Amino acid sequence: MPVFLKLEGIRKEFGAFTALHGIDLQIEQGEFVCFLGPSGCGKTTLLRIVAGLEVQTAGRIEQGGRDISRLPPSERDYGIVFQSYALFPNLTVADNVAYGLVNRKVPRVQARARVEELLRLVGLPGSEGKYPAQLSGGQQQRIALARALATSPGLLLLDEPLSALDAIVRLHLRQEIRALQRKLGVTTIMVTHDQEEALSVADRIVVMNHGAIDQVGTPMAVYREPATPFVADFVGRVNTLAATAEPGGVRIGQAMFECAHERPAGTAVKLYLRPEDVLARPIAAGASNVFVATIEKIEFLGSYCLVRVAAPALGEARLTVYLSLNFLAEQTLDVGSQLPLRLLPERLRLFDA
Amino acid sequence: MAPGPARLRGTAADHVASGALLLVALGLLAFLALPLLALLVQSLEDAQGRFAGLANFVAYAHSPALLQSLWNSLWVSVVVTAVAVPTAFVFAYALTRSRMPGKALLRGITLVPLLAPTLLAAISLIYWFGNQGVAKGLLAAFGIEQIYGAPGIVLAQIFAVFPHALMILVTALAASDARLYEAADAMGTTAPRKFLTITLPGAKYGLISASLVVFTLVITDFGIPKVIGGNFNVLATDVFKLVIGQQDFQRGAVVALLLLAPAVLTFAVDHLVQRRQTAMLSARAVPYRPRRAPVFDGLMLAYCVLVALLMLAILGMAVFASFAKFWPYDLSFSLRHYELGLVDAEVGEGFVNSLRMAAGTAVAGTALVFAGAYLTEKTPALGRLRGVVRLLAMLPMAVPGLVLGLGYIFFFNAPANPLHGLYHTMALLTLCTIVHFYTTGHLTAVTALKALDAEFEAVSASLKVPWWTTLRRVTLPICLPALLDIARYFFVNAMTTISAVVFLYSPQTKVASIAILNLDEAGEIGAAAACAVMIVAASSLATFVFWLLARLIERRTQAWKA
Repeated sequence: MPVFLKLEGIRKEFGAFTALHGIDLQIEQGEFVCFLGPSGCGKTTLLRIVAGLEVQTAGRIEQGGRDISRLPPSERDYGIVFQSYALFPNLTVADNVAYGLVNRKVPRVQARARVEELLRLVGLPGSEGKYPAQLSGGQQQRIALARALATSPGLLLLDEPLSALDAIVRLHLRQEIRALQRKLGVTTIMVTHDQEEALSVADRIVVMNHGAIDQVGTPMAVYREPATPFVADFVGRVNTLAATAEPGGVRIGQAMFECAHERPAGTAVKLYLRPEDVLARPIAAGASNVFVATIEKIEFLGSYCLVRVAAPALGEARLTVYLSLNFLAEQTLDVGSQLPLRLLPERLRLFDA
Repeated sequence: MAPGPARLRGTAADHVASGALLLVALGLLAFLALPLLALLVQSLEDAQGRFAGLANFVAYAHSPALLQSLWNSLWVSVVVTAVAVPTAFVFAYALTRSRMPGKALLRGITLVPLLAPTLLAAISLIYWFGNQGVAKGLLAAFGIEQIYGAPGIVLAQIFAVFPHALMILVTALAASDARLYEAADAMGTTAPRKFLTITLPGAKYGLISASLVVFTLVITDFGIPKVIGGNFNVLATDVFKLVIGQQDFQRGAVVALLLLAPAVLTFAVDHLVQRRQTAMLSARAVPYRPRRAPVFDGLMLAYCVLVALLMLAILGMAVFASFAKFWPYDLSFSLRHYELGLVDAEVGEGFVNSLRMAAGTAVAGTALVFAGAYLTEKTPALGRLRGVVRLLAMLPMAVPGLVLGLGYIFFFNAPANPLHGLYHTMALLTLCTIVHFYTTGHLTAVTALKALDAEFEAVSASLKVPWWTTLRRVTLPICLPALLDIARYFFVNAMTTISAVVFLYSPQTKVASIAILNLDEAGEIGAAAACAVMIVAASSLATFVFWLLARLIERRTQAWKA
């Protein structure tokens, strides 16, 4: 796939505060990319710079081979959807969707047909005559999506489009947006602070922190192989343990654990592992990295429980692991019970302490 | 990579917005900033136009008569503030914290002074307690020799400023969190303690704001001391005497600057206070709903009825006297004063002038105010210019009408000024009135615009729709109620204002409120009362028409408000 959007050295300063430190990024034609990060990480600022709603202090933006760095928003080619929907309350759904068409002198009949087509596309056929206030939040956001797509832009920008919606509507709509994007093949950037949302819809995730990109990768890569402690921490749940590098493994407290790494023996490191990377069963006889743990606390989450364990091998450290409700019941485990656990050697990730 | 200038290429639409904003800025510069500058310059020059430093101020400080006026102005304003604010506070407390019946009516009655020129109260008091007043004896019983002077000024001012204080205090008391009271009840707190620890602190900023506003209104008002002041001189009447009577522009300018001081102080403090007030109440606050308490509600009702009756007595006396044949000897019904006023004294013409000026102010003022607010809030027009316009838009709040009018004389009466041709014209009276009341209109427009989604313009730009199309199709229709509100405010204030226009009219452009002053001066107090009543009637009618229009719009837009 050819590169569609190219960002080179995008910097943004607000007075003495630097919001973006030289962002370089390439997005391919037809890709669905999520900018993910905590609030204040610069993800929205970056999106607004792509839209021409903020002006970069330095850097270059190329879209479809055209330098758009200094173009005003009206001369760029994108559709945008905001968290607040930004639907015009005094115009009907049809007038809202056709807002950009009317200005392009699209004949009335053609515009009406286009509105009908788009409303069908977003799953709200027949709602032409309604006003935004008569629709639910999720429906309003679909209309905003239809309006943004009406003029067939080359780029779709979504600024936290689901944040204002109820949890269930959010789950539905994100899959619909994803399906719609696949169908139309429009290159899409979505800003979100919800890691689950990003993991579920994106082709690639751009994880941002403090105005810089920490990692760009597929959802699987970002989750399984976080490039920095921040990414490991922000995406998914993670255990952090202080450890020391040893030949062929690490030492936590008094116990040795097997893991692949290239660090001089004796270096202090931080060991990251996800709760599901701690195996409770089945543990083959003679397997490495096995230790006996005691359950300290069980947090019930439905089919799974978040279980905090302590172990003599780990010293003072505590570990949080996922155990299924069925497993706990089968083994009649409760607070105070003991059980063997195994750390998967290939999933242990080390970072400098 | 060399960092380029942080700016996007401007579009035609951007240039149009910048050009329009430049026009607004130039207008505010010519009709607000430069006249004030002219006033300042005048105060620093001698009669021959040479730079005199602070000589005029020194001379003022050595003039015992003028210092007496300063003292008079100060203590009268303090007394009015000390009476009016607590009175209004109890009234506001009754409106917001009791379940007494007739709240809307009682509130409506107390807002009537806003529809009248301030001097209506003074005229009415003369009928009650003047030399031929019906209740003159009552005054003597209180040990007051005569109504002319400080007693009359204080009473009339209390009537005139009451609604201003009441509106601020109702807003302050209405913004209360019921949860605080529930928490206090749960801890078994006594009523007086709740009042002292929750209610008063909550209304603190409102009380400060109301006191400052009342003080400023009183010290800068011209109509009341002119009519009922007698030999009791205050700063506002001094300015008039010095400038119009003695043609002593320099000292007039000094006194005007003294009047500017409390207004600027009020403005600054109010600005700080409002910033804190908004931070005080979280969005999650639950509004307080008073519970029924027969004794308390009854007491509150009695109090409010008393206040409302006193206000009606003032208003009613003016109406009654205007229809009385020959006060105090023949009180039979007659239209004599209306005839005399309208026909013989050419007030009819003045009344038509007033209506023309009010209509012009309402139309042109609303257009100008909205354009200024829209361009600064919603378009990508020149950044630095936006700051200048915002500042200039807030400035009129801090400038008393008398000061503005005087600045206009100095600026527009200068033969070298290319705008000199405007002097004494209806256009200049209208512009001066627009500028005088600009800030309130501006704030209303800004509030309405800020309530709109901030991304409308971004969405429009992404759809390649220019800003004026979105203004026409979306922003203006949604802001229509606010526009009507601004127009009504301009109309009513243009009908009742005296302080700025008193310096600017010519025999051809005399307005009704000025005609009242002249009639009073000529001893035709009956005709003056008739004229004041006509202004109240016109303002009330206009308010009613605007209310009808607002209802009509609301019905038409109900579909999308859902």
